Amino acid sequence: MAEYWHDAGCAFHPASAPDYLPLEQLRMLQLHRLQAMVSRAYENVPLFRSRMEERGLKPEHLQSLSDIAKLPFTVKTDLRDTYPFGLFASPMSEVVRVHASSGTTGKPIVVAYTKEDLDVWASVMIRCFAASGLDRGDIIQNAYGYGLFTGGLGAHYGAEALGATVIPISGGNTDRQLMIMKDFGVTAICCTPSYFVHLIDRAPQLGINLKELPLRVGVFGAEPWTEQMRQRVQEESRIEAYDIYGLSEIIGPGVGNECWAHSGLHIFEDHFYPEVVDINTLEPVPDGAEGELVLTTLSKKAMPMIRYRTRDITTLVPEQCKCGRTIRRISRIGRRSDDMFIIRGVNVYPSQIEAGILAVEGTLPHYIIILTGEMGLDEVEVQVEVTPEFFSDKVGAMEQLQKRIGQAIERIINIRVKVRLVEPHTIQRSEGKAKRVIDQRKK
Amino acid sequence: MKIHQLSMFLENKPGRLSEPCKALADAGINILTLSLADTQQFGILRLIVRDWEQAKQVLEKAGSVVNVTEVVATEVEDRPGGLASILEIIDAAGINIEYMYAFTFRSEDRAVLVFRFDDPDAAVKVLQAKSINVIGPVELYGRAKA
Repeated sequence: MAEYWHDAGCAFHPASAPDYLPLEQLRMLQLHRLQAMVSRAYENVPLFRSRMEERGLKPEHLQSLSDIAKLPFTVKTDLRDTYPFGLFASPMSEVVRVHASSGTTGKPIVVAYTKEDLDVWASVMIRCFAASGLDRGDIIQNAYGYGLFTGGLGAHYGAEALGATVIPISGGNTDRQLMIMKDFGVTAICCTPSYFVHLIDRAPQLGINLKELPLRVGVFGAEPWTEQMRQRVQEESRIEAYDIYGLSEIIGPGVGNECWAHSGLHIFEDHFYPEVVDINTLEPVPDGAEGELVLTTLSKKAMPMIRYRTRDITTLVPEQCKCGRTIRRISRIGRRSDDMFIIRGVNVYPSQIEAGILAVEGTLPHYIIILTGEMGLDEVEVQVEVTPEFFSDKVGAMEQLQKRIGQAIERIINIRVKVRLVEPHTIQRSEGKAKRVIDQRKK
Repeated sequence: MKIHQLSMFLENKPGRLSEPCKALADAGINILTLSLADTQQFGILRLIVRDWEQAKQVLEKAGSVVNVTEVVATEVEDRPGGLASILEIIDAAGINIEYMYAFTFRSEDRAVLVFRFDDPDAAVKVLQAKSINVIGPVELYGRAKA
């Protein structure tokens, strides 16, 4: 077989082989895995069994991949309702790890892994790092939080399996992050994009110039971010920023990752089968049309997930990627239906506000959106931190800037917002997922 | 002949002005003069200090965004019409004044004003051509000390 990946100018890692499977073979593998997984889920998980029975559906009815659309959806509340172990398909004697995500209300959701699941997880994380141009010899600073959150350990074991050097620094303690980044000659960092912006911000105060460090790659995920943010981050730090996608309910980080083409995220669909459905009708939409991403785990043992509604809004990219991978891509996820807020009847996503802010030169994505008002008279205030780049001693220039940011946002969302400039470092920095919206409206 | 001016962004909230002032005081830096421009939402504090580089570091360390601009200090007679005569010269040359403010100290019958121009070099030339005393940093800091 021709080694076309060399033509593409990037190294090939053996773990990435499934990324390049001939489509016919890939679909066959997916179907076999789907049938086996659904049988296990039907046998071992009462919720899946009863939902299938309600529809008169048996595992053997799955004869082709398109039959997946007959299966019932699973949603986040199903995980809460079966808290803690109700969706496990393996006995505890085979479960070697659990993770949990902090629920915003009450109980967390719990996810489980067998030894095999952990191996799969490490293998898809290798594929993420390989797609991000990393390999043995790289020094990876893993600033995702270690603990119940899947980000830290997921990236950790993947980086180790890749053969890279891992610095398990976890989240927080920004000054120490920067010191170690510089002193250890770190070449890649894993964290949320908003935390990396925080590092960019802090570095000069410690006399560190990120552009001069060996740091060359950022693998950023766990929250939606925009293309404008990538451009800004790359300019400010002279790295290449890769988008990684994942969610605990499916496995954690490692569901998908960008390649060097940076035109969508490849989903490791030999393990995670993607569909995109209309958010209202829940019917599958044609390739290229926008909808909610629905994922089905094909190989997960401890906690299989059937047609899980991710709340992430994306499209399935129909064309094959120029990197040579055959696995499909989703377009970058800039929005989560959970993050959406409605202003005067219009749906708005924080990422749209972010894109507006970043359209104005000199801004950084340090912002927070505050919603106020009573029934029907909603007001949006966007607080943006002043940066040295755009700060001027002239009042007129600052007012002009305020106006330009407001106009840039209005052009995107068609709603007038109030922009308020605030002092630097006054908007709370997140060390994990950034909180972008404060809703103070009276319900 | 130009003077370095520090400016910083302040939110229009109680206590915002005292923070940078306290940071400078703690570092033993004396403010020679200042002006505060404000809108409903924010203010811009402009300061002239002797050691502006150190002051900038102190303020940045305290978390402020600090901008350095060059301003022009000129001497005017401290009498009715003293300012008007300088403004006439500036207007006649078609130079735009962004803003201006005064020093708190005086020497004898003269006051010192600070002008922010878009093009300070051109302004200095025009003023000097009309025999207006443009005060450089060395002289200015010397006077402030006296």
